[in-house]
Amino acid sequence: MGYPHKSHERETPILSQYFGDAGARTLDGWKQRGGYQALEKALAMSPADIVNVVKESGLRGRGGAGFPTGMKWSFMKPGDGRPHYLCCNADESEPGTFKDREVMRWTPHALVEGCAIGAYAIGAETCYIYIRGEFTEPLLWMERAVKEAYDAGILGANAMGTGKRVDVHIHKGAGAYICGEETAMMNSLEGRRGNPRIKPPFPAVAGVFGQPTTINNVETLAAVPGILMQGADWYKGMSLSNPKSTGTKLFSVCGNIRYPGTYEVVMGFPFKDFLYDLCGGPVHGRSLKAIIPGGASVPIQTMEEAEATLMDYEGFVAQGSMLGSGGVIVIDDAQNMVRVIARLARFFAHESCAQCTQCREGTAWTTKILERIRDGQGSMEDLDTLMGIAENMTGTTICVLSDSCATPVISGIKKFRHEFESLILGKRVHAVTAAVA
Amino acid sequence: MTGIKSPDLASHDSHGNEPHVPVFTGANREELDTLLGRYPTKMAALLPALWILQRERGWVSDEGMAEVAEVLELTPAYVKGVVTFYTMYHQHPVGKYFIQVCTTSPCGVCGADDVVKAFLQHTRTGELGITSDDDRYTVIEVECLGACGFATPIMINEEFIESVTPETVPEILAKLP
Amino acid sequence: MAEQKMVNLMIEGRPVSVPEGTSILEAAKTAGILIPHYCYHPSLPIPGVCRMCLVEVEKAPKLAPSCATAVAEGQVVHVHTDRALEARKGVLEFLLINHPLDCPICDQSGECELQDFTYQEGRADSRYRDPKRFNPVEDFGGDVLYVPNRCILCTRCVRFMDDVAHDAVLNVSERGDRALIGKFEGKDLTHPWASNVIDLCPVGALLSKDFLNKARAWELDRAASVCPNCTQGCNITIETRDNSVARLKPRPNEDVNKYFMCDYGRMNYRWMNRQDRATTPMVSTSGVLAQSEWDAAIRAAATLISGKRVFVLASPMLSNEALFLLSELIEHNGGNGVFRVATGDEAPLPGVEDLALRRDRAANVAGAEMLGYTRSESPLDGVGEGDVLIIADDDLEGLDATQAGRAGSVIVIGTVVPVGIDNAAVVLPIANFSEEEGTFTNLRGRVQRFTQAKAAPGLARPSWLVLGDLLGALGAQTSFFLPSDVFANLASAKPAFSGLSYDKLGMRGLPVLDAAGAAR
Repeated sequence: MGYPHKSHERETPILSQYFGDAGARTLDGWKQRGGYQALEKALAMSPADIVNVVKESGLRGRGGAGFPTGMKWSFMKPGDGRPHYLCCNADESEPGTFKDREVMRWTPHALVEGCAIGAYAIGAETCYIYIRGEFTEPLLWMERAVKEAYDAGILGANAMGTGKRVDVHIHKGAGAYICGEETAMMNSLEGRRGNPRIKPPFPAVAGVFGQPTTINNVETLAAVPGILMQGADWYKGMSLSNPKSTGTKLFSVCGNIRYPGTYEVVMGFPFKDFLYDLCGGPVHGRSLKAIIPGGASVPIQTMEEAEATLMDYEGFVAQGSMLGSGGVIVIDDAQNMVRVIARLARFFAHESCAQCTQCREGTAWTTKILERIRDGQGSMEDLDTLMGIAENMTGTTICVLSDSCATPVISGIKKFRHEFESLILGKRVHAVTAAVA
Repeated sequence: MTGIKSPDLASHDSHGNEPHVPVFTGANREELDTLLGRYPTKMAALLPALWILQRERGWVSDEGMAEVAEVLELTPAYVKGVVTFYTMYHQHPVGKYFIQVCTTSPCGVCGADDVVKAFLQHTRTGELGITSDDDRYTVIEVECLGACGFATPIMINEEFIESVTPETVPEILAKLP
Repeated sequence: MAEQKMVNLMIEGRPVSVPEGTSILEAAKTAGILIPHYCYHPSLPIPGVCRMCLVEVEKAPKLAPSCATAVAEGQVVHVHTDRALEARKGVLEFLLINHPLDCPICDQSGECELQDFTYQEGRADSRYRDPKRFNPVEDFGGDVLYVPNRCILCTRCVRFMDDVAHDAVLNVSERGDRALIGKFEGKDLTHPWASNVIDLCPVGALLSKDFLNKARAWELDRAASVCPNCTQGCNITIETRDNSVARLKPRPNEDVNKYFMCDYGRMNYRWMNRQDRATTPMVSTSGVLAQSEWDAAIRAAATLISGKRVFVLASPMLSNEALFLLSELIEHNGGNGVFRVATGDEAPLPGVEDLALRRDRAANVAGAEMLGYTRSESPLDGVGEGDVLIIADDDLEGLDATQAGRAGSVIVIGTVVPVGIDNAAVVLPIANFSEEEGTFTNLRGRVQRFTQAKAAPGLARPSWLVLGDLLGALGAQTSFFLPSDVFANLASAKPAFSGLSYDKLGMRGLPVLDAAGAAR
């Protein structure tokens, strides 16, 4: 079921089946809905078999990068004599994205179960769930769920009576977007500033506490129990387009849209239908102008591009953007693109960890110029400068925050240049005024 | 949709004029010891320890940082470097109600700026980051709270409130004890 | 030891062969190519954050940070392609947007890597049109001043304090473009090695208070030397302006001090500029010291010494050469050589093996001992009735000068006339260590050369020259023309120094030999 809107018949609610159903939050409630059968099954399997099932299913990371999950797990060498760690990335901070929040506050046990299975599969006895500090409600439910699972013997030194140790701990973040980057998260977990680390070494070789580590997104791990219960073929079968994009995906929709919320559709679903049919299209009297389909870090789509998109990893790329985290930001004709992009740049400038020169200085500089243009103080030269800065910020730093700041600037200037120019040239014809006229 | 009140709602009473009383004694020390058992290093308990400090004192003072540093065998400068990285640790005393309004683009296009204005007006703080004369309110803009579909989400201390509009602001404030 | 695997690659068209695991940046150095960089420093952990050292590696999709990218067999690296240059130009532009561009009043000017690389490959102009960020100057304690507006956040200082000094008093505070180097109120840069952060800072953000506004970098003359202030023997550069020592800087030596020197050694240079020096040879006639010609003074000293037992009180700050010639004098005439050493607390630099400010606060304690001098707390106790007491650059501070009265006569060979000595028969003024050339032997038996940094005052002469002439006048030695000749003589006379020469020592020194003839 979608949330907070009513479920739409064209959704495929698997992860979101119990969103809005408070009864699913407790251990008993979760068990009544079939919970923890997958963990029981998993603990009876060999870790390698679990990894194979997940590999077969085609599940890819739901946090943004889309790396095949089974393959990531297979990098964790069994029997190397070192402690392994699983980190669940619940630092959901990408503007436009709020799907993991729903998973955690409605079905916390789904995540606990996914974490336990994942930990076992990669030979880890400990899993840390790193939840952003602002998520007070998800934190509350997740902490309760973990406690319930410990009390019931599902977690701990003798998980489900199998003699295997599976510990799951909640780690509360403290306000830093960048901690959603996996190496920054590991630093944060270790009690450091959340600075991304230079790679190599990769986390599977030297991750948190210097030990082999796998980092998975909430949605990814929450999808694992279903795959184990229903099988890889079932999951693989859920694809309307590209065989490399399988299963269902949670999309959180926000901005200028009639029914904002989290939706679950099969990979490859037509974006046009999604926006107008499921999400209800624009609010009354408006029309849609632009879409940022995968969280604030991906290129902005024109409506033409968006309406031609099939919603999967490849489909968004084919239409000039990326699936990213599945956070769909809808922008209608009442908005000024310069204002929207300037605000995004300010976000990235605020969140830059300050390590890399291009990011530390570039995000702030970009913001200054954009806000100047927004306030009618820009020059045409500024547009060239913005593009030049953006180019220097792309592909040159440790992590991609710098690129993420440059992305909406580049795509914004390319696709909505007239809005920049009208502010610069003093015409200041606001889109709303134009539409009304 | 009203928010869920967390059981460990922070108290924001201390305003830093009195000498620092150690935080990590008794139950807090036990809580920290439990946390330490979860990690292979003491340093890893830094963020949790700072959360305990802020919960108990309402903010993270220099003296508090020095205590955390000592407890975790770190230097105060190191702790301060970490504290200043994260936005949720208050480095100054704040009002009894610390109000954070999300204004990042997804909320921005839904009118979050007007919600900010409403809070500044109704709390009589007038300016972002300024604590009202009666020490009751501090209002700040916050970057994406991760509830974009519920524009505009705000936080009052540990309480998360969704779908706030300028019109609902007076009502929200009136409900605060 | 396992054979180290070598990796072959091409950098800027030059074949390079380096051990496996070497970074591209270090590999390029071996080919004589300096890849511009800021955050990287060979003595510190590699954070890869300044992004200045980006180079193009064939077949790699992105530019690689050469400091953090290990060499690979067959790799082809380009440092100066358009793409790499553009990227580095971009970094320089970013680094300068908030920089005050106040080179005319900045102490780092002339030795600033931001200037150097901008001059080398930066943009001619900036596209920045907005207000610059401003933060006030902060006193970090110790000798260090922090000018945040010039800081490029390379974090070398933070890493030095964390990983080398093991005293994490600095941090990176805040984030984004608000970030700056911070410290905790009340916890200053008081670590005995803290001032190294000034040298490590590639720009004018961390400055020496002692050196503040004293001189422009290009006005300084520089001489390779060895720190005389303890027995560690850190390699240093003495920097002078107008014949006055302005500051001491560490000079890299992998075997002794890596890239560092302690604050005690660094600050303890004012004595080299002392104004109340002995500047003219003097001879006593009828109990009154009067200025003399050098030849006459040497003859007078030789006459006094001839046939007498000598008692030499030598300073352990004297070079091996001077101590050797004095020991030849003792051998020739019979007598004793003694020395005393000021001491203080040992202060190690924990991140570097066997590097510390040593207890013995003089350069050549090991040399004095090897050349037969006896260490004593009260060295004048041994002066015999009728001895010729030769006070070789000990100022007698804290000693009972009346003990000198037992001697038949007193000859001063020093930089100053000691306190309480009013009966010297001859005074032979010598250069101090910064004014002459020579060698010291450090506590591990390493012999290291120092060169002349400034001119000696008045008629003062190098110690080896004065002592050589004196021995010549006594018929015990021929005179010497160069300190290297004295050292050659020393090397043939003393087995421990056998085979060593100035040429072989170079500017990084070599260990003396043990009894079995192996390097100690």
